[in-house]
Amino acid sequence: MTINEIQDDLIEDFSLFDDWESKYEYIIDLGKQLSPLDEKYKTEENIIKGCQSRVWLHAFTEGDELRFEADSDAIIVKGLVSMLVKVLSGHKPEEVAHADLYFMNEIGLHQHLAQTRSNGLASMVKQMKAYGLAYQSINQ
Amino acid sequence: MLVEQNIASIDIAKIRNDFPILNQQINGKQLVYLDNAATTQKPRQVIDALSGYYEHTNANIHRGIHHLAEKATSEFEATRRHIQGLLKARLPEEILFTYGTTDSINLVAQTYGRKFLKEGDEILISTMEHHSNIVPWQMLCEEKGCVLRVIPINERGEIVMEEFEKMLSERTKFVSVVHVSNALGTINPVAEIIKKSHAVGAKVLIDGAQATSHLHLDVQALDCDFYAFSLHKLFGPTGMGILYGKENILNAMPPYRGGGEMIKEGTFEKTTYNELPYKFEAGTPNIADVVAAKSAVDYVESLGIDAIADYEKQLLDYATEALQSLDGLRIVGTANEKVSVISFVMEGIHHQDIGVLLDQQGIAIRTGHHCTQPLMQRLGLAGTSRASFSVYNTIEEIDRLVQGLHKVRKMVG
Repeated sequence: MTINEIQDDLIEDFSLFDDWESKYEYIIDLGKQLSPLDEKYKTEENIIKGCQSRVWLHAFTEGDELRFEADSDAIIVKGLVSMLVKVLSGHKPEEVAHADLYFMNEIGLHQHLAQTRSNGLASMVKQMKAYGLAYQSINQ
Repeated sequence: MLVEQNIASIDIAKIRNDFPILNQQINGKQLVYLDNAATTQKPRQVIDALSGYYEHTNANIHRGIHHLAEKATSEFEATRRHIQGLLKARLPEEILFTYGTTDSINLVAQTYGRKFLKEGDEILISTMEHHSNIVPWQMLCEEKGCVLRVIPINERGEIVMEEFEKMLSERTKFVSVVHVSNALGTINPVAEIIKKSHAVGAKVLIDGAQATSHLHLDVQALDCDFYAFSLHKLFGPTGMGILYGKENILNAMPPYRGGGEMIKEGTFEKTTYNELPYKFEAGTPNIADVVAAKSAVDYVESLGIDAIADYEKQLLDYATEALQSLDGLRIVGTANEKVSVISFVMEGIHHQDIGVLLDQQGIAIRTGHHCTQPLMQRLGLAGTSRASFSVYNTIEEIDRLVQGLHKVRKMVG
């Protein structure tokens, strides 16, 4: 599946919810389902500092695919992180670098990306794309 | 619908009516605003004064001889006398207009501190200080080689007075402590701190950012050398603060910023400085907000600070009991003397999740470290959730908070 197909799937999933509770319960579930990040990757180097919650991001390649694993100490952010991983992990570095992430906006979660200081999500997206660019130039 | 409440001579329905912002829906629910320690909402009287200034009065102050300039100057200076009254200061010249508490503290550190403190001198602050009352002193210590020492607190979040007394010596030259903790709500025994500091010859600054909307103030009775606060936490406009200083000390201090208004005579060779308070008010000040601030003080005085304090105490007691009834909730900061601020943690739930899920329910609280990271480290916490109550909050809003937290627990726990 392409990055946009995964985004469209998520948008469709969220279109089923008609109240905030079921939407956030789903995000919390996604957070709980996210495979735990190995403690050895929870390093200062991998941390994306938000003001309130911490996000760890580990990037690596498998073949020509860029993969991500991530974690957070707050469950809602972890759910959002899990969506970003779902969308961006397992694609070519150049696809990640140039991805247009529209799903957060479409499912009404854009405020979580806009709050620049209250969580590390906006920085996380930036960092994921930076990894894309970095691995793209390594491959070239 | 509001239940009729007339506790302690507070007419809550009438007061809520004065605050237009409260009457709105957030995420489809009636707003419950419990972030008053960050900033209070503004009554209609302040909003009208602010727009009225721009509609009828706007002019630059102190220099113009036309009608509007004189009117603006007179309204600007009227606020100074009002603040003098609020603080019970001896002279209006002891009231300096700044941009806020942070600016006021920086002014003292950069003028009094740079002129009078030297290498090896000790500056005392407490563990519960806001970053605004830590960083300016760290900067000064770095420049002058002074030593910053931190007064410990106990488990309830109170300054340990015996330890404070042990720290005082002839090396102590400055003591800067918060009147009321923004993160814990603790009211510190500042009168005693001031007295004991003066006994060793130290000057004292009190950070009153969180105190002015809750407590009766009298800087002469307190005998503090400086008192700093912001108007936006006292129902007034943002971007406007006060530094009170004793006249003789302010006179001995060099100016802070150079520019217009603060000079008496200027040539390219030498400038002589204006007298108090203008020496410290370089440039065109925040005239509109200063003028509107008078209405904020009027508003507080029309309700009466004692009536406000009585009412808020009832909110605090009710909320403390109601929150404690929640499973796994622990209140952080249980001082004997507190204002209506409650910090808490919930077992197994990150404070950010609490904030996000309450916001979905129309309830505004603050979560995080509250700009008191060293305090959070001392308490062994990454952060807390903080509900802070003002005179326009109600018992029903506290019930909404408690119900909201039950829902958070159900969803996350």
